[in-house]
Amino acid sequence: MDIAILLAVLKRTLIAGTPLLLGTLGEIIAERSGVMNLGVEGMMSVGAVTGFIVTFTSGNPYLGMISAVIVTAAFSQIHAIVSISLQANQVVSGLALSMLGIGISVLWGKPYIGRPLHSKFGEISIPFLSDIPFIGELIFNQTLFFYLALIIGFIAWFMLYKTRPGIALRSVGENPKASEAQGISVVLYRYIAVGIGGALAGLAGCHLSISYSKSWIEGIVAGRGWIVIALTIFAAWNPAKAFMGAFLFGGIFVLQYLLQPLGISPSILAMLPYVTTLIVLILFAIGKESRKKLHAPAMLGEMYRRGER
Amino acid sequence: MRDITKAFNGTFANKNINLHVSSGEVLGLLGENGAGKTTLMNILYGLYRPDSGSVLINGEDVRIRNPHESMNLGIGMIHQHFMLVDNHSVLENIALGFPDSPFFFPDRFIRKKINTFSEKYGLYIDPDKQIWELSAGEQQRVEILKALFLESDLLIMDEPTSVLTPQESIDLFSIIRRMKDEGHSVILISHKLDEIMANCSRVTVLRKGETVGDSAISDVDERSLSRMMVGRDIILTFEKKPLPRGKEVLNVENLHVISDRGLETVNNVSFTVHENEIFGIAGVSGNGQRELIETITGLRKARSGNVSLFGSSILNKSPRVINNRGVTHVPEERIRFGIVPNLLIYENAVLKHHHSHPFSSIMFLDYEAVKGHAKDIIEKFSVSAPSINVPMKSLSGGNIQKLIVGREINNKPPLLVASHPTYGLDVGATEYIRKQLLQRREEGGAVLIVSEDLEELVGLCDRVGVMFKGRFTGIVDPSTTRLEDIGLLMTGIEAGEDS
Ligand SMILES: Nc1ncnc2c1ncn2[C@@H]1O[C@H](COP(=O)(O)OP(=O)(O)OP(=O)(O)O)[C@@H](O)[C@H]1O
Ligand SMILES: [Mg+2]
Repeated sequence: MDIAILLAVLKRTLIAGTPLLLGTLGEIIAERSGVMNLGVEGMMSVGAVTGFIVTFTSGNPYLGMISAVIVTAAFSQIHAIVSISLQANQVVSGLALSMLGIGISVLWGKPYIGRPLHSKFGEISIPFLSDIPFIGELIFNQTLFFYLALIIGFIAWFMLYKTRPGIALRSVGENPKASEAQGISVVLYRYIAVGIGGALAGLAGCHLSISYSKSWIEGIVAGRGWIVIALTIFAAWNPAKAFMGAFLFGGIFVLQYLLQPLGISPSILAMLPYVTTLIVLILFAIGKESRKKLHAPAMLGEMYRRGER
Repeated sequence: MRDITKAFNGTFANKNINLHVSSGEVLGLLGENGAGKTTLMNILYGLYRPDSGSVLINGEDVRIRNPHESMNLGIGMIHQHFMLVDNHSVLENIALGFPDSPFFFPDRFIRKKINTFSEKYGLYIDPDKQIWELSAGEQQRVEILKALFLESDLLIMDEPTSVLTPQESIDLFSIIRRMKDEGHSVILISHKLDEIMANCSRVTVLRKGETVGDSAISDVDERSLSRMMVGRDIILTFEKKPLPRGKEVLNVENLHVISDRGLETVNNVSFTVHENEIFGIAGVSGNGQRELIETITGLRKARSGNVSLFGSSILNKSPRVINNRGVTHVPEERIRFGIVPNLLIYENAVLKHHHSHPFSSIMFLDYEAVKGHAKDIIEKFSVSAPSINVPMKSLSGGNIQKLIVGREINNKPPLLVASHPTYGLDVGATEYIRKQLLQRREEGGAVLIVSEDLEELVGLCDRVGVMFKGRFTGIVDPSTTRLEDIGLLMTGIEAGEDS
């Protein structure tokens, strides 16, 4: 393959992987606190539509990005209130959040279908580093979202494993009772973790609508929120491992376009990412060794009541 | 604490309890299993809220809503059931609740602190080990370290010594004495009356949720204390009849076992247990006892060697197969391995037998039989429980232990393997369980006990194997061996010939 084509493919892979990485990082943080949030698809949809509308009307993509983050973080708190304070089943509440979010994005986005954006995120080239042949173009000549994803990924890993709040967050997901007994507020940590998860899902969503795509398309998230949930497991709840999974799946999205000229039906190709997700999850569940290493937070999905034994 | 009342589902755990501690005082808190000691302390620590009553600190009425607030008020607590995060390291567990640990890289700071602390006071622990790799005694050390680091004005200790060796307890009490001299106060809960007598200046005794005694230590003795607690005299003695050793039941040969870290924790251990015999394993916890027991009961795979029961090998068989062959097991960590906390009491009472006659036929459980069995155990082993229809976790620690021991010994198993059989039991229950163990011996059963309590081992056992760093440093006859010699063996100094 021509080096230029290879470069283009790899670059598309990184771009396609960026929203997956952002979403996965958010879900990792939420799940580490013990709250499973199956509402990622809905949150990403809300982020996408908010980002698009604000950018479209204000003409300022940065404003669009910031509002997407804020609105989605607020949206995620519905799940927090229902599952943490009202102690409803997390699976049900998360699924409801997904449906609600998808609905909102369809409703709000109706007037904008097919309308193109005039102001979009351009590529930012990092001085000097972008001059490195190949690597420079691939990694250091990307959009703000890509850089943000890398930086947030590193910060998330560092915070989780090297700082005191990180230890507390993981403890809350592993053993809320013991954490409470150590003076940690389980409820506060869980609310914040769900909020961060929402903010990152919002960022992931608006990447799709104001950077990746050129106009508003209904159902723009297209199941990426569900892939994020699979990737969270695949990454074993570790931000460092999320990088690999996210970009691998980014590659599969790009593969669709690569294989199209070979005459394979586009409908079958469109299934690729989802079929791969299923296969990966099955392989993961079968491998006994890996199941041991899987190591989900011990109290993931369990509600916590204070003052009980 | 004034007029504290707390009820769970209509039954009182605490009823108008008054309790006070002055600075520089060690207060002993005594009471039978289920008397309400832990509940009272959980209220003081902010884990539970009282239904009525008030807490005063330095004369000021305070409302403690959660542990965060009680920690700010200078209260620390060592919990009866370890409050540790299993999948985290010792470092992470201690850093979690330590307010002075830095934001970045707290583990480095804590590591230094642990090292200086263990050098000074002799509470050794590997800071990088994960909690699930530790034995009960080691976990207790972590709990103690965690609490001591906080340097609380008032430290609550809920049965801190039940799984410590005598030497470790002595070390702990010298730390407590130093704290007292510095003006800190301590509330000590223990079922070991000699500890209370030796270390406390005052005692408060609870019975069925009410205060029944509060006096200076000089006004009481062990006998009057146990009378206050139970309402009758209890003298802990061991009445062991000399019995000839019967047929061989368990034979462990050259057993090698690898720990979770891949290190050899059981190193070439061989011993036998016979009918009409109680065999004890002594040692500081963390020297391979846990792994040895887990291998015998099928919870862990051995690397080499053999374990046989009545001459046929049970090595690396599944726990159910081993259980069906007649080996029952009282595990050292009762909450994690002994019960299912969220299931009801009667369901827990038939664990391990639920699949067989008379509790189930073809597919269905016979709930009448199950409940009858549960009532039987509760009555025989005087487990105090509101009813058999409550979740297991609502029982007090000692009562959980009674139910487990009852469940395991009730069917008269050919071999009973028990780690810390009297862990957390009050004097009355301890006396009863020891009698039961001796009765098993007389009836021809074989019993294998692991304990940190040397006195108990010496009193009950016909032979004691002492473990150090995975090896037996000696198998001795306790009736002819001095306690000090066993103590020496526990530190790895081999005395001489086997009996
Ligand atoms: N969360 C709870 N739910 C229901 N009942 C409870 C709960 N906590 C305690 N109890 C009940 O309150 C009573 C007192 O229990 P507590 O744990 O205070 O006893 P204890 O004195 O600490 O006993 P032990 O010596 O066995 O530890 C018990 O009968 C127990 O069943
Ligand atoms: Mg208790």
